[in-house]
Amino acid sequence: MSETTSALGKDLVGLEHLTKEQILTVLDTAELFKEVSQRRIKKVPVLRGQTIVNLFFEASTRTRVSFEFAQKRLSADTVNVAAAASSVVKGETLVDTARNLEAMNIDMVVMRHPASGAALFLGERIPSNVINAGDGRHEHPTQGLLDMLTIRDHRGKLEGLKVCVVGDILHSRVARSNFYGLLTMGAEVGACGPKTLLPRGIEELGVKVFPRVEEALEWADVINVLRLQLERMKGGFIPSLREYNKFFGITQERLDAVDRDILILHPGPMNRGVEIDSNVADGPNQVILQQVTNGVAVRMAVLYLLAGGTPEKAETVNEVADA
Amino acid sequence: MNTRPLLIRGGRVVDPTQGLDGVLDLLLVNGAVFSLVENAGPAVDAREIDATGLVVTPGLIDPHVHLREPGQEHKETIATGAQAAAAGGFTAVCSMPNTDPPIDDPAAVGFVVAEGTKAGAARVYPMGALSEGMKGEALSEIGELVEAGAVGVTDDGLPVMDSGLMRLALEYTQAFGIPVVDHPEDITLSRDGTMNEGLVSSRLGLKGKPNASEDIHIIRDILLAEFTGGRLHLQHVSTRYGVQAIREAKARGVDVTAEASPHHLLLTDEAVEGYRTEAKMNPPLRSAEDRDAVQEGLKDGTLDMVATDHAPHHYDEKEAAFADAPNGVVGLETSLGLVYGHLVEGGLIDLPTMVERMSVAPARVFNLPGGTLKVGSPGDVTIFDPDAEWIVDSSTFLSKSRNTPFEGWKLKGRPRYTIVGGEVVWEGS
Repeated sequence: MSETTSALGKDLVGLEHLTKEQILTVLDTAELFKEVSQRRIKKVPVLRGQTIVNLFFEASTRTRVSFEFAQKRLSADTVNVAAAASSVVKGETLVDTARNLEAMNIDMVVMRHPASGAALFLGERIPSNVINAGDGRHEHPTQGLLDMLTIRDHRGKLEGLKVCVVGDILHSRVARSNFYGLLTMGAEVGACGPKTLLPRGIEELGVKVFPRVEEALEWADVINVLRLQLERMKGGFIPSLREYNKFFGITQERLDAVDRDILILHPGPMNRGVEIDSNVADGPNQVILQQVTNGVAVRMAVLYLLAGGTPEKAETVNEVADA
Repeated sequence: MNTRPLLIRGGRVVDPTQGLDGVLDLLLVNGAVFSLVENAGPAVDAREIDATGLVVTPGLIDPHVHLREPGQEHKETIATGAQAAAAGGFTAVCSMPNTDPPIDDPAAVGFVVAEGTKAGAARVYPMGALSEGMKGEALSEIGELVEAGAVGVTDDGLPVMDSGLMRLALEYTQAFGIPVVDHPEDITLSRDGTMNEGLVSSRLGLKGKPNASEDIHIIRDILLAEFTGGRLHLQHVSTRYGVQAIREAKARGVDVTAEASPHHLLLTDEAVEGYRTEAKMNPPLRSAEDRDAVQEGLKDGTLDMVATDHAPHHYDEKEAAFADAPNGVVGLETSLGLVYGHLVEGGLIDLPTMVERMSVAPARVFNLPGGTLKVGSPGDVTIFDPDAEWIVDSSTFLSKSRNTPFEGWKLKGRPRYTIVGGEVVWEGS
């Protein structure tokens, strides 16, 4: 566990309370780690001897695997705990789970949990570093960071860009992390979706709300298309998926109606033909798989920084590895 | 009752039922008010309390508490709740029936009455369940509940969602002289919500309960009370339109009364920031505009009384992710200091109005003995020190539970003696 203060503080719970400098530090550090994943031997020893638990109370493939690759490429020792196989189903509380992990002297916990606030809750109760891998509908900070890294890769900057998040904003932790991160970095931020899926009061955060997707596309330089979370649609927020696609789907026709290239992101997994049509998902302006690649670099950067690493030292990581 | 007489000398006696506010000596004999005079002579064999510099009022009454017994004695028992009440300056409380099993038959009402008497602290007046098993389907045996000692009927914790049942309750209770007490919340609008719906809930990613869920239910209840001519009492009003609707209903002559809780009077949903489960209750803390409207309602009497909605929970139940934690906060031991220290000292209401809202009104609405110091009334008296400043430290609570959103708050006004039936049941330093 790190007793010293890292560039990010003890935990990464969300982007809401990070400064512009802190976000820049993560993005710039991630830039340095991108190269490691290109090598034949994809490993540097910066987290050697550190033990990390990936604690997933919700199903996840992409995020969990991405974190695990990031950890392994930094030479950490990792254990994966999936909720279905854990004592949680036997009624153990989150506090007891945390205490038990702590008793095993771990250094970091990466947690996904269905309850908003769970990561903050855990971080306040154990001395290990806690990384939020998604808490309810609150935040998914590493996703927000990798989205920003990908946008910056393609547009060279974040400041002044118009980025619109499209879809189920209400239930989306990705949307909130995008809002907080992008607003802090000086981007203009929009939100578009059926009114039933827009949380109240987000205009007060500085988010521009578009009730119609055509208006959003007219405005945006970049769109981040959220997955329509089918499992959350029991509440009748939309009449049907067919109708959603018809009025809110990102289709080639809608993009063609706009006279410029819009960069298209999607956090995955995609529902093709619902929130995004296949020809868009496979088209020239999407950067969806690059988001996945950048995800590993961003998570390496976050793990490294929380463990007390500095951006300056990260530049020498390659030499250390070669030595 | 045959106890030693008690002479309370030199206190500032505030009793709105007699228009009294001045230094008087109060003599209690045989559990009742015997005399209230200036400069009383020596009383034979009386215990004397020097109340110089202290305020003496009719015993405070909290019309809305959860004592958890039977069924959840790890949170509170009737005895610990009655003691916590006494320590908070209350001489009586009305206990809610949402226990396990619920208080929906005369034997259960009798149990609460008996345990309350045994506790020997604040008096405990049970409310009975409005519906059988609190299922919201059919009326409980309301007449029998009243005979056994119930002072009101309610399904509190749960709103009466069925408008037809609410109508029947408002009609049927008229034979028994008790109010129908409702927790106003249209759960089709608030289901699964964990806090107020607004910017804070959107930021924190917590599902909200909109004001409209409460407003709609308040307005429905008022319409039914007006239609039936029944007596309606609305619990813990938290919204500005709710307050407005009650104000208008009273002006029309509808028989409606209502409560305000200390937390809705003093806090907003920003207290939830950081996912603080000690700020989670139902109805939730709302916006500053709503809080101001609740204060205004208390001031002008639209909201007749202060009720804590004392809702104890074991610490490890609140030690959870926000959505998983139960609703409710304790309130008995902080209510007086909050209301006096922040609302009387803060200039919202004067001391006689505070006594009206915390003693006279609940006694009147629920037909309780007390709420006055008229000669012959029960010797239920609260004596508090209006100058005592203190910091809320939940570890000192007599309640079994510690779940207060006011930990560390600076309060002014501290109970010194709580007297029930002429006997000191609690004495503070």
